Amino acid sequence: MIGIYLIGAFVIGVLLFYNRNKTVNYLLSGIFLLLQWIFTIYEYRHLNIEDSGYFMPDSLAVIFLVVLSIVCIPAFYHSYIYFKHNRDIPRERGIYHAATVLLIASLSAAYLASHIGVTWVFVELTTLSASALIYHRRNVRTLEGTWKYIFVCSISITLVFIGILFLTLALQEAGLKNLSYQSLIEKAPVLNVFWLKLAFLFIFTGYTAKAGLVPMYTAGIDAKDKAPSPAGALIGSVLMTVGFFGIFRFYEIISHTSIYSWSNKIILISGVLSVFVATVYMLRVKNIKRMLAYSGVYHMGLVVIGLAAGGIGRYAAILHLVLHSFTKPTLFFQTGQIYRIYKSKSIYDIGNYFKYNLTGALVLLFAFFIVTAMPPSGMFVSEFLVFRSLFESGNWWILAFILLLLTLIIWSFGKNILKILFIPPVGFNDEKVEKIPAVESYSHFILLALVIYLGLHPPAEFVQLINSAITHLPH
Amino acid sequence: MTNILLITFLITLIYIGVAKRLYTYISILAIQGVLLFGVAFIELIEINTINLVFVLMETIVFKAIVIPLFLNYIINKNNITREAEPFLPNFISLVIITIIILGSFLLSNTIHDPHLRKIFFVVALSALFTGLFIITTRRKIITHVMGFLVIENGVFVLSLAVGNEMPMLVNTGILLDIFVGVLLLGIFVNKIGDVLKEQDVEQLRNLKD
Repeated sequence: MIGIYLIGAFVIGVLLFYNRNKTVNYLLSGIFLLLQWIFTIYEYRHLNIEDSGYFMPDSLAVIFLVVLSIVCIPAFYHSYIYFKHNRDIPRERGIYHAATVLLIASLSAAYLASHIGVTWVFVELTTLSASALIYHRRNVRTLEGTWKYIFVCSISITLVFIGILFLTLALQEAGLKNLSYQSLIEKAPVLNVFWLKLAFLFIFTGYTAKAGLVPMYTAGIDAKDKAPSPAGALIGSVLMTVGFFGIFRFYEIISHTSIYSWSNKIILISGVLSVFVATVYMLRVKNIKRMLAYSGVYHMGLVVIGLAAGGIGRYAAILHLVLHSFTKPTLFFQTGQIYRIYKSKSIYDIGNYFKYNLTGALVLLFAFFIVTAMPPSGMFVSEFLVFRSLFESGNWWILAFILLLLTLIIWSFGKNILKILFIPPVGFNDEKVEKIPAVESYSHFILLALVIYLGLHPPAEFVQLINSAITHLPH
Repeated sequence: MTNILLITFLITLIYIGVAKRLYTYISILAIQGVLLFGVAFIELIEINTINLVFVLMETIVFKAIVIPLFLNYIINKNNITREAEPFLPNFISLVIITIIILGSFLLSNTIHDPHLRKIFFVVALSALFTGLFIITTRRKIITHVMGFLVIENGVFVLSLAVGNEMPMLVNTGILLDIFVGVLLLGIFVNKIGDVLKEQDVEQLRNLKD
């Protein structure tokens, strides 16, 4: 099935690339959405049955495949709105949609890959498609963002490749050749520890560029800022998940070896540093999209902290990642509306949002409560469980430090969002303000409601999927 | 024979540290391509023919001819000044690259693994760190790309060390080479030439907080 899906997505992508007609363009996007959903349902029904040799829809992959398929519907819808109100050149629109299709298809394939090399190839493809999206506006600033993104991602993807080479050195000693995750997990205890350590360091560092963690988080920040907001929503949520996948799959292998606790320390350090760096930037950042990008960095930090703390933290990590993938797109879509009203992303130029766009302001207010994990946000549950796992694993100092940093983050986040909502902007001429129809915000409410529902009252099926996703990790 | 080729490769790394002109960088990259062709030919002679031809074509055509010609074309087309403009004096670059090579040599001596061929490890590691060093200490964007190509060459050497066992990995590594090379050079440097007048990394410093 995945073969058909990938070929279908590729054909649709090529057609979108060459097509100049608007109706055909949106028709093709619609067909792709249909294909994406058929594929998702098919893989969900064939849970844990190998597909085409190199792909395997295990619980983790299926969870995030469903998340991706849900998020890409509003992403296409808001892209449509974006082109209605911005420069709409047929060629650019074609490239944009082709890149989106390629991005979604390669993300799906990277989630499902059951072979370390296949994951790597599809993560590489996401760099290509994402950079086409970032360069969409074709000016000096987007050029800079794209350049940084491609350069940092290329170097980090090379680091991952070096890590895979070290892994094969570890395998040679055990006389193995198979690089699929399943066989690696089975053979993990006999692998050479020295090479495994090197492999882990390189693979972890490499995938942090996608996941948005220290040390390679910088590339993603500019990318999310410069891409059009619907594309930024995809880059800021489901694309970060793919980096987590790379780390998590290798972490599963490591967890069966003697360097398990060592790797936990590395991940914990990276997570805490990510939260710290995000806090420092959140306190001074004045561009709303960059603020959201840094918020993504600290959320990913919390996710890997939960993963490394163990116990209930792993459940919380997956849950948090799912909820984050729904919340962040909402905020990015909303910045698209803000930009249409104020023609600026700087917090100095934005304000009194309730007056100009009531529905959008409500979305922003709710999304702020949800993203900072205030009850009834589902993220409250997942963050609370992350803290509990830190508490139970005896990392008191880290817990206290993280809580302090989170307080600062919530303070600066709240300061900026409340300024946008209530304080009138200086020198803003509100005579020709565009009226934004409320219908454009409905998708936001649905996504936010989903976050509350999945956090407070998760369906039994969902809980079971998460639990079986983390069964490979030792208890 | 492999040893001689790989040691020559190490010497080119030292040379790239003191090179002044961009054309010298390009020639060094071309020479490295030829050297890698030799190493790949000797090392991979046992794998099946189609794979071997693919690997050899990649090294000789892509690394030794196409990329250098393309870099040349970019420099001429965009009127990039010929100087490499390092932030550091050449003497210090020389010292640092020597330290990198010595360091990777000492590091590899601490590894006791009968399967590892240390010379590959030393060369690959030195190329990796030299490439990173070039990226961090040169001003022009085009030299960043060249530093990246040096890293790629190092990765290629490392993949040759496991190449007999897993030719698939060498092929994937090559696909990475071609993919990123085309992406960075083909699409990108042309665009930078259109939008910016000088290929100076100083101009790409507006995005910050």
